[in-house]
Amino acid sequence: MNPTQETHATMSTLGSTAATLSLQRRNMHARRKRTNTIALTLSLAAMAFGVFWLIWILVETVRLGIGGLAIATFTQMTPAPQAETGGLANAIFGSALMVSLATLIGTPVGILAGIYLAEFGQRSWLGSVVRFINDILLSAPSIVVGLFVYAVVVAPLHGFSGWAGVLALALIVVPVVIRTTENMLSLVPNALREAAYALGTPKWKVIITVTLRAARAGVITGVLLALARIAGETAPLLFTALSNQFWSPNLNEPMANLPVTIFKFAMSPYENWQKLAWAGVFLITLSVLLLNILARVFFRNKH
Amino acid sequence: MAATLPASPYKDDPKMERSDPQGRPPSVRRTSPWADTVFAALAHGAALLTLALLLGILVSLFVGAGPAIKEYGLSFLWRSEWDPVQDQYGGLVVIYGTLATSAIALLIAVPVSFGIALFLTELSPLWLKRPLGIAIELLAAVPSIVYGIWGLLVFGPILARYVQQPLQALFGNTPLLGTLVSGPPVGIGILSAGIILAIMIIPFIASVMRDVFEVTPPMLKESAYGLGSTTWEVVWKVVLPYTKTGVVGGIMLGLGRALGETMAVTFVIGNASQLSSISLFEPANSIASALANEFAEAGEGLHQASLIYAGLVLFLITFVVLAASKLLLMRLRRGEGTRT
Amino acid sequence: MKFTLIPSLARTALAAAVLASATGAALAQDVTGAGASFPAPVYAKWADAYNKATGARINYQSVGSGAGIRQIKAKTVDFGASDAPLKDDELAKDGLMQFPTVIGGVVPVVNVQGVAPGQLKLTGAVLGDIFLGKVAKWNDPAITALNPGVNLPDATIAVVRRADGSGTSFIFTNYLSKVNAQWKSTVGEGTAVKWPTGAGGKGNEGVSSYVQRLPNSIGYVEYAYAKQNKMAHVQLKNAAGNFVQPDDANFKAAASGADWSKSFYQVLTEQPGRDAWPITGATFILMHKAQDKPAAATQTLKFFDWAYANGDKMANDLTYVTLPDNVKALVRKQWGEIKDASGKPVAVK
Repeated sequence: MNPTQETHATMSTLGSTAATLSLQRRNMHARRKRTNTIALTLSLAAMAFGVFWLIWILVETVRLGIGGLAIATFTQMTPAPQAETGGLANAIFGSALMVSLATLIGTPVGILAGIYLAEFGQRSWLGSVVRFINDILLSAPSIVVGLFVYAVVVAPLHGFSGWAGVLALALIVVPVVIRTTENMLSLVPNALREAAYALGTPKWKVIITVTLRAARAGVITGVLLALARIAGETAPLLFTALSNQFWSPNLNEPMANLPVTIFKFAMSPYENWQKLAWAGVFLITLSVLLLNILARVFFRNKH
Repeated sequence: MAATLPASPYKDDPKMERSDPQGRPPSVRRTSPWADTVFAALAHGAALLTLALLLGILVSLFVGAGPAIKEYGLSFLWRSEWDPVQDQYGGLVVIYGTLATSAIALLIAVPVSFGIALFLTELSPLWLKRPLGIAIELLAAVPSIVYGIWGLLVFGPILARYVQQPLQALFGNTPLLGTLVSGPPVGIGILSAGIILAIMIIPFIASVMRDVFEVTPPMLKESAYGLGSTTWEVVWKVVLPYTKTGVVGGIMLGLGRALGETMAVTFVIGNASQLSSISLFEPANSIASALANEFAEAGEGLHQASLIYAGLVLFLITFVVLAASKLLLMRLRRGEGTRT
Repeated sequence: MKFTLIPSLARTALAAAVLASATGAALAQDVTGAGASFPAPVYAKWADAYNKATGARINYQSVGSGAGIRQIKAKTVDFGASDAPLKDDELAKDGLMQFPTVIGGVVPVVNVQGVAPGQLKLTGAVLGDIFLGKVAKWNDPAITALNPGVNLPDATIAVVRRADGSGTSFIFTNYLSKVNAQWKSTVGEGTAVKWPTGAGGKGNEGVSSYVQRLPNSIGYVEYAYAKQNKMAHVQLKNAAGNFVQPDDANFKAAASGADWSKSFYQVLTEQPGRDAWPITGATFILMHKAQDKPAAATQTLKFFDWAYANGDKMANDLTYVTLPDNVKALVRKQWGEIKDASGKPVAVK
C-alpha cells in the first residue's frame, strides 16, 4: 500500500474505533438509564404497596376511633357489657399515670447510664458489658419483662399492682434511652468538648451544659421513642397491673389501663365495648403523635 | 500620660465581667472539687444499676427455665412435641414460627422501607414530603395491637381470597412450592403473621432510613451528580454506603421488634403447637405469642419452665442476629476507603 | 425555659402518684378476682350493679380458667374463677374450696355458606372426629348422612379451638372424651390439651372472631358469645338420642340431674334427660379456706350472696342459667368453711 492509502487505512481504523467506542458509550448510557428507571420504578412500587396498607390502617383507626369518642369517654368508667353509657376515664388515667411514672423513673437512669457509656466508659469493661447486654434487651420481647416483674414483685407480694406495671414499663424505657443517649452523645464532635475543657470547665459541667445540650434533640427523641413504645404495650401489663373495672387511682391495686382494656374490649361480641376499644386506640395514637409534635416544636428552635 | 483603652461598651454589663480593660485578671470562681466525683459516681452507679437489672432479668430467666434445661438440655431446640396434658415440651414449633414470620417480615419490610426513604429524600415533591413523613411517624405511634386486630378482621379475608386461594390453585401441584402453599387458605398462619409484622415494622425502619439518608452530606451527592450519575447510582453507590451503619441499625431495630412482637402476631398466627408441614398457610406459633397465651396458666413445673426456656431461646436468637449484623458492618467497612 | 419544663412535669406526676396512693388507700380496698372468660360478661354486669348498689368494688378480670386457678393458688388474687372444677384432692392440696355460680352451655358454631343457625345436625362422635382431623371435609359422608338436604361444600374444614388454658375447653374436651373413644385415648380432657389440628383463638372472643372470619370453619364457644355474634350454632344428639338446640331450657334440663349435695365437683356433659344439651357446664369460684385477708373474703362472699339474691335476671338476660335455690342454700352453708386466721368464719349474715 502506498503511504496515502496507509494513512487512509489508519484513519478509518481510528474512526471506526472511535465509532465503536462511542457506540459502547451510548450503550452504557442507555443501560445505566434503564437501570435507573427500573430501580426507581421498583422502589416506588414497593413504597406504594407499603404506604397503601399503612394509610388504610391509619384511616380505619381514625374513622373507628372518632366514631367511638364522646365526652362520656373521658368522664365515665369502663362499663359492663351491653350497657348504654360508659367511657374510658379509669383506663386513661391509669395509663397516663403509669406511663409518665415509668418514663420519669426510667429516663434519668437511662440518660445517666448513656452518659457513662459515651463519656466515661468508652473502653472500659463495664461499658462493653453494659452496651452488649443493653443491645440484647433492646430487642427483648416486652412480655419477658412482664414475666420478670411478675416473678419478682407480683408473686412474692401476692398481688397485682400499678407499681408492678410501672416497674415493667420503666424496664422497657431504660434500654431505649441508654441506646439513643449514647448514640447521640457520641455524635457530638470532640471539638466542642475540647473547647469547653480549654476554658477550664470541669467534666461534669462539660457533659451537662455542652455535650448533653448539643445532643439534646436526639436524646429527647429517644425518650419520646421510649414513651411511644410503652404507651401501647399490652403484654407486660397483663402480668403486672392486670386491669380494673372501676376508678383505680391506687397504685397498690390492679390498675385500669388503656392497652389491656382495648385488648379485652376489641375482640368481645359487645358493640359498646368494641366502640370504646377503637376510641382507646385512637387516643393512644393521638397522644403519642401530639407528644412528638410538641417535642419537635419545643426543641428545634435553638440554633 | 498613661495609655487608656477606649471605654468598653460592656463595662457595666454584669455578664461580661471577664476581665476589665485595664488588664486585671478575672476573679476565679472555684467550682467544688467534689462535683466531678459525685457526677462520675452517679453515672457509674446508673450503669451498674442498669447492669444489675438487666442481668437480673437474664438470671431470673435462667432460674425459671432450670427444670426444662435439666430435663431437655439442648434437645429442646429440635423437639417438636408440645403437650401440656402429657407434660412433654419442645421448642421447635415456636422457634420455627418466630424465625419464619420475622424472615418474611424483613423480606417485605426492607425493600418497602428503602423505597419510602428513597422517595422521601430524593423523589418526593415538597408538598408531599411533610404529610407523608408525618403519616409514617403516626403509624409508628399506633399500638401494635391494632395491626393484629386489623390483620384478623380486614387483611386476613383479603389475603385468603386474593392471594392464598389463587396461589393454591396455581401451584398446588408443583413439588416444593406446592407444599409451601398447602394448608387451609383462610388468612391466618405464618404468611399472614409475616405480612402483618412487615407492615408493622415498616414505619420504624423507614423513619430511621429517612433520617440517616437526610444527614448524608449534600456535597457527596452533588459530586456524584456532577460526574453524571443517575439518581439510582447516587443512592445505591454513595448514600447507602455512607449511611450503612444507620441503615443496618434501623433494620436491626425492626427485626428486634418483629422477633419479640406479641400482640400483632397472636391474632393472626393461629396458635397451633404442631408442625405438620412447612406450609406458609398452616397456623403456627411464635415464642412471644405462646408466652402470652400460656404463661398465665402454666403451673409451676415443666410447662412454665419450658415456656421460659423458649423465652431464653428468643434472647439467644436476638443475640445471634445482633452479632451477625455487627459482623456484616465490619465486613462492609473493610471495603471502604480512608475515612475523614 | 425548657429545662424547667421537665422538672415541673416531673414534680406534677410524682405529686399525682403520691396523691393517688393516698386517696386509694383511703378508698375501700378492691376485691380482685381473675379467671374464666365463660362467665366474664355476667360477672362484669353483677359487679357493676353491685357497685351502684353498695359502692363496693369487685374487680374481675377475664384471663382464662387456667390462669384463674394458678393465680388463686399463688394468692395474687382474692378469688379465682374456673369452668373446670378442681377435683376434691386437688382442692385439699392447696386448701381451696369451690362453689358454682351460673350454668351455661358450650355450643359448636360453624361458618359454612348456606348453613343457617341451628340447621346443621351433628353427633358427638362426628364432632370428635372433626376435631381429631379424621373428618376433613364438609361433604364427608359422616356429616352428609346426618344432614340430608343440606348443601355442604367440598371444602376443607378449618377447625378453631382455644389457644389459652380454658375451662370452656375443659367442658368441651370432657364431652368429646365421653362420646368419642379415639379422642379419649389420644387427646383426653383438660384446660389445655394437645389439639390434633386447628387454629387457636384467645378466649371465647378469639374463637368466635376466627369462626366469623374464616370460611368453612368450626369452633366452640360459650353460648352467650354465639348468640351475641349471631353465629350459626349446630344441633347435637344428646344422651337420650334426640337432636337438641342449645338454649336456656335445655341447659337447665341438663343441670337438673346434678346432685350437688356430696361435692360441688360436677361436670354436666352428656347428662340424661330428653332435652338436655350435652355440653353444659357450671362455672366455679375458687377461694382459700384459710384466709390471710379476711376482709376481702367477707366482701367477696357478700358480693356473691347479693348476686344469688338479686342477679338472676341479669344472668338470664345474658343467657346464663342460674342455680336452683336449694343449690344456693348448699353453697351458702359451705361458705362457713372459709375462716380467718383465728378460726372465725368470715361470712357474715
